[in-house]
Amino acid sequence: MTGRWTADLIFGARLGWAGGRDGWIRTAMTAVGVGLGVAMLLTAASVPAMFQGRHDRGAARDFSASIGAPLAKSDRTLTVRRYETWFRNSSVYGLELQPDGPGAPVPPGVDRLPRPGEMVASPALARLLATPDGALLAPRLPYRMVGSIGADGLIGPDEYVFYAGSDRIAGREDVYRIDRFGNPGGGPEELSPMLALLVVIIFVVLLLPIGVFIAAAIRFGDEHRDRRLAAIRLVGADSRMARRIAAGEALNSAVLGVLTGAVFFGVGIQFVERITVGGITVFTSDVSPDPVFAALVALAVPAAAVGITLLALRRVAIEPLGVVRRAGATRRRLWWRLMLPVLGLALLYPLIGQVGATGGRLANAYQVAAGAILLLISVVAVLPWLIEGVVRRLRGGGVAWQLATRRLQMGSGTAARVVSGIAVAVAGGIALQMLFSAAAAANTVETGQDTARAQVQAGFGPGDGPMDAATITATFRAVPGVRSAFTVTQFYGVDPAAQPSASGQPVISVLIGGCGALAEIAVIDHCADGDAFVVNGRGEAGAQGAATPGPGQRVRIGDVEWTVPAAVRPALPGRDPLGREAGGVLATPGAPGVAALPAANVQTLMRVDPAVPDVYEHIRNASFRLSPDGYVNLLQSTRESDRFTTIRKSLFVGLVITLLLIGVSLLVSMLEQLQERRRLLAVLVAFGTRRATLGWSVLWQTAVPVLLGLGLAAVAGAGLGAVLLGMIGEPVRFDWASMAGVAGVAAAVVLLVTALSLPALWRLMRPEALRTE
Amino acid sequence: MNDRGVPLLVGRDLHKSYGPTAALDGASIHVRAGEIVAVMGPSGSGKSTLLHCAAGIVPPDSGRISYDGRELNAMSDVERSALRRREFGFVFQFGQLVPELTCLENVALPLRLDGVKRREAERRAAGWLDRLEVADIAHQRPGEVSGGQGQRVAVARALVNRPRVLFADEPTGALDSLNGERVMRLLTQAARESDTAVVLVTHETRVAAYSDREVVVRDGRTRDAELVA
Amino acid sequence: MSIGQAFLGLLESQPRHGYDLKRAYDERFGQGRPLHYGQVYATLSRLLKNGLVEVDSVEPGDGPERKRYAITAAGVTDVERWLGQPEKPDLHLQNTLYMKVVLALLTGRGAADILDSQRSEHLRLMRELTRRKTDGDLADQLICDYGLFHLEADLRWLELTAARLDDLAGKVRR
Ligand SMILES: Nc1ncnc2c1ncn2[C@@H]1O[C@H](COP(=O)(O)OP(=O)(O)OP(=O)(O)O)[C@@H](O)[C@H]1O
Ligand SMILES: [Mg+2]
Repeated sequence: MTGRWTADLIFGARLGWAGGRDGWIRTAMTAVGVGLGVAMLLTAASVPAMFQGRHDRGAARDFSASIGAPLAKSDRTLTVRRYETWFRNSSVYGLELQPDGPGAPVPPGVDRLPRPGEMVASPALARLLATPDGALLAPRLPYRMVGSIGADGLIGPDEYVFYAGSDRIAGREDVYRIDRFGNPGGGPEELSPMLALLVVIIFVVLLLPIGVFIAAAIRFGDEHRDRRLAAIRLVGADSRMARRIAAGEALNSAVLGVLTGAVFFGVGIQFVERITVGGITVFTSDVSPDPVFAALVALAVPAAAVGITLLALRRVAIEPLGVVRRAGATRRRLWWRLMLPVLGLALLYPLIGQVGATGGRLANAYQVAAGAILLLISVVAVLPWLIEGVVRRLRGGGVAWQLATRRLQMGSGTAARVVSGIAVAVAGGIALQMLFSAAAAANTVETGQDTARAQVQAGFGPGDGPMDAATITATFRAVPGVRSAFTVTQFYGVDPAAQPSASGQPVISVLIGGCGALAEIAVIDHCADGDAFVVNGRGEAGAQGAATPGPGQRVRIGDVEWTVPAAVRPALPGRDPLGREAGGVLATPGAPGVAALPAANVQTLMRVDPAVPDVYEHIRNASFRLSPDGYVNLLQSTRESDRFTTIRKSLFVGLVITLLLIGVSLLVSMLEQLQERRRLLAVLVAFGTRRATLGWSVLWQTAVPVLLGLGLAAVAGAGLGAVLLGMIGEPVRFDWASMAGVAGVAAAVVLLVTALSLPALWRLMRPEALRTE
Repeated sequence: MNDRGVPLLVGRDLHKSYGPTAALDGASIHVRAGEIVAVMGPSGSGKSTLLHCAAGIVPPDSGRISYDGRELNAMSDVERSALRRREFGFVFQFGQLVPELTCLENVALPLRLDGVKRREAERRAAGWLDRLEVADIAHQRPGEVSGGQGQRVAVARALVNRPRVLFADEPTGALDSLNGERVMRLLTQAARESDTAVVLVTHETRVAAYSDREVVVRDGRTRDAELVA
Repeated sequence: MSIGQAFLGLLESQPRHGYDLKRAYDERFGQGRPLHYGQVYATLSRLLKNGLVEVDSVEPGDGPERKRYAITAAGVTDVERWLGQPEKPDLHLQNTLYMKVVLALLTGRGAADILDSQRSEHLRLMRELTRRKTDGDLADQLICDYGLFHLEADLRWLELTAARLDDLAGKVRR
C-alpha cells in the first residue's frame, strides 16, 4: 500500500517537471508563490528574535544598574554624561566618558575608551558625518573620530551613537559614576495590554492572508492539471491513483516552494538593514526565525499542499473523458460556514470589558488570537457561498457584463478563493483601524503646547556659563529661518522670613524678560523697561506655588536677597507657548535689583519658518555655539507613544505588502484563465468584438467578487473591531474614513491587476490563437 | 454562372509568412455576392490562412484585399472589427461557442456586440435556431449539446446578423457524414435564401460539392478553377 | 481502354521493343491480366499508322523481327492532351486514373495537375448530384448519395495515390 502511495506520489512529482514548458512554468509559478508566502512567514517568525536582539543589546549598554547608590570614585569607575541631540528626525545618542582609573568599564562594541577629544561612532553616524549633510551635525560633535562602535553595541544598524572621551565632566552635576555597563532587568518597558492586543491582532491580520495566499498558490494551474489527470485516467489510472498523483504534484511544488521561500528569505535579509519600518531598522543577524516555527512551516506547508489538493479534488470528478466539476450539483451550504464566526464570538465575548486599557498584561492572548482568527476565517468560508448566491441572481446588462456574470455563474470557486485573501486582509485591517482609533486616543497625550505661537524651545542652565538673555536672543534671531525669539530667565526663590515647614518652603517664582516676552506669558496692559508685575497664578512651580508676593516682599535667590519693587503692578495670568501658566513675579531687566541676580535657567522660545531647509539644525548648532550643554526642543501639540506610531506604520506597510501579494495571485489566476480561453478570445475577435468589451468583462469578472468580498470584509471587520473595542472597554465607533482607506487600497489592487492583465488580453486576442493546437 | 457581376470580395497576390514558413505565397481569391466558393487543398497548404486574410482577421504581408470597393489593408483595426461584426459571419471547426452562455445567448451575441437590445437580439436568435432545427436546445449550454447541434448553433450565430459573406473553416470537420450533410444543407440553404456569399474551407469533396466553384490552394498558391478555364 | 496512351507514355520515357513494352505494361497496369501479343501489335500498328510512334531501329535475327519503337512529337502531344483532359467521372475509373498518374510521373509531369483537373471534373458532377439530392425525394437522395460517396472515394484515392507517388517520384522515374 505504502509502496503504491510513494510510487504515485513520485510519478506526480515527476509530472510537475516533465509537463513541458507549460508544466514547468506552472510548477515554477506555484513554487514562487508558495516561496513568497513562506518567506513572509519566516519573517514573521523572526520578529520575536528581532525584538529580543534589540532588547538584549539595549540592556547590555544600559548603565542605570549602577546608578542607584552613589559610587565612590575608584580605579574601576567611569564618569559618564549623557549627551543627546537630534539630527532631523533621528536622535543621536551619545555619552561623554571620563575614566576614573585604568579599570574603568568600556561600553559594549568598543575596545577601549576614547581619549579626551576623541570619539568612536556608530557606522551610520560615521557615514552621515562623511556626507555634505553631516556638516550640519559636525559642529555639535567636535571630536576626532578614532574608531567605530561594533554591532554588539548598537540596537539597530541605523542608529546614531557616539562615545566621546572627556577630561572635563568629572565633578559636574549632570553626570553619573558607574562601574559597569549592562542591566539584565533593563531595556524597554513591556507592552501595555492594549498594545499587546494590537500586536496579536496585527499578526493574525497579516499572517492569515498569507496563509490564504499560499493555499491559492498551491492551486495555481489547477484546471490544467485536472485535464492532464483525465488523460492519465484514460490510459488506465483509477481515480485514487489520479488523486495520489495530483497530491504528488502538489507536494513537489510545495517542497520546491519551501526551498524557494528559504532562498528568498536568505537573500531578502541581506537587504534588511537598508529597510526602515516606522523608524526601526534591524541587523541581518537579528533576523533568525524561531527554529520551532520554521520547522513547523517547512512541514506544514507541504502537508497543507497535499491536504488542500485532496480536498479540492473532492469537488471534482476526474473521468477519463474529462473533468466534471461537482460544484454545480451541490449548492454550497451555509450552516457550517456560520459556525466559524459564532465560535469566534463565543471565544471573544467572555473577554468583553476584561482587558484593562492600562496596567496589567494581556493574559488571554491565545484566546484573543483564536477568536480573531475564527472571525476572520469565517470571511473565507462565507465568501464562496455569498458570491455563488449573488452571482446566480445577476442577469441583464451589456455584453461585457453578461460575459462576466455568466462566467462567474459557471464557477465562482476560483474567484472566491483568490478574493478571500483580499477580504481577510481588509476585514483585519478594518478591525485594526477601529482598535487604532481607540488606542490613538488612549496613547496620545495633549501636551498643551501651542505650536502656532512657537515651534522651538532652547534653554541653558546656570552651569552652562554666564550668558545674558540679550546675547542669546540675538544669536537665535540671527539664524536664518527664525522669525522671532524671546528669552526669559527663571529664578526660584524663597521667603527668607518664612519658617521651613515639613512640606518645604513655599517657592516664589521670579521671571525676568523683556516686555515682549512678558506679554507672551501674562496679560499685561502696558509695559516699559523697569516695570514689574505680580501674577496670581499657579506658576510653573505648581502645587508648591507660593502665595502671590506683594510689593516689598523679600525674596532669597541663591545668595542674593531681592526685594519685589514697590511699583509692581498686578497682571492677569496667561499661558506661555509651552502651555505653562505664569505665576509669581514678572520683571523686566531694568527693574530695580534685577541686574544683581545670579545666573539661572534661561529659556528661549522661537517662531520659525519651517520651509527654510534644516532650520532646526541651524538652531541646534547656534545653541551649541552658545553652550554645548544647552538643549533644544521642538514643540508638539500632541505626543503619541513612539511605539504606537511604529506599530501603526508597520501595520500599513504590512497590509499593503499583503494586498500586493494577493494581487499577484489574482493576476496569476486571471492570466491563467485568459490563457485557457485564448481560442475563444480569438473567435470573439474574429466576430468583431471590441477590445473594450472584453476588457470590461475582465474588469467585471474581477470586480464583482472583490466588491462582494469587500462588503463581507467590512461587516466582519467592523464586527471584530466592535468586539475588540468592547474587550478594552472603549465605546464602539466606526471609523468610516479609515475603513474607506483600507477598502480603497484593496480596490486599487484590483484595478492594478486588471490593468496588468490587459496587455496579456490584447496579446491573446491576436488571431494566431484561431489555430487549433 | 460565370458572369454574376463584379466580385464582392477580392484578394490578390497575397503573401503571408510565419517565420520561415510561407503560409501564403501569392494566393488570390474572389467571391461574388451570394456565391459559394469552396477552398480546397492539402493540409497545411494555407487554406485557413487564406480565409483569415480574406476576412481581415490576419493582415497579409503583402497583397491587396478589397471588400465592396474598400481596401481592407487601409482600414484601422477598429474599422475592420466593425466590418467583421456587421458584414461577415464565421463558423469554425469547433470550440467557438462561449461555454458560459446558453445557445440562445451565443447566437444573440453578434447582434448584441453591434448594439441590438437584448430582448430583440434574442428574439431574432430564437428565429435562427428554429430555422436550423435546434430550437429545443436554446437554453442549454454548449457543453451540454452534441457536436452537430453545436455546429448548427454556430451556423445560426454566423448568419444571425445577415452577413454578406460567411466564412466557414472546416465547418463539418468534427462531424459524422449525416450531421455534416445536415449542417451543410442548412448552411447553404440559409445562405442562398439571404443571398450571403460563403467562403467554405474544406478538404472533403462531398462538402465542397455544395459550392458553386472551388479554389485550390497548394503550397500557399491558388489555382482558381474558373480563371484557368 | 487507353492502352494506346499507356504505350505512348511508356515510350516517352524511353524507346522500347514491342516485347519490352508489353512487359512494362503488364508490370505496372496489368493487374494479373497480361496483354495478348495480338493486342500489343494491333495497338502499335494503329499508333504507327497515326504517326504517333515510329520504328526507331530493327534488329536482325532469326525469331520474330525485333523492332524498337520510339514516340514522335505528335505522340508526345497526344499524351499531353490525354493527361490534361479529365476523365468523365465514372464508377470504374480507377484503372485509367491510376494509369494517368503513373505515366505522368514516368514522363516527369506532376500528378497534382491531373488531380486538380480531375477533381474539378468530379466536382462538376458531384454538384449536380448534390443539387438533385437537395431538391429530390428520398429515393433521389439515396441514389445521389451512392454516387457522391463513390465519386468522393475516387478522388480521395486519387489524392492519396498522387501524394504517395509524389513521394516516390524519384524511384518511379528511375
Ligand atoms: N500562427 C502561425 N504560426 C506559425 N505558423 C503558422 C501559423 N499559422 C499557419 N502557420 C503555418 O502556415 C501553413 C499554412 O497553415 P494553414 O493553417 O493555413 O493550413 P491549412 O491549409 O488550413 O491546413 P489544415 O487543412 O490542416 O487546416 C502551415 O505550414 C502552418 O504551419
Ligand atoms: Mg486549417
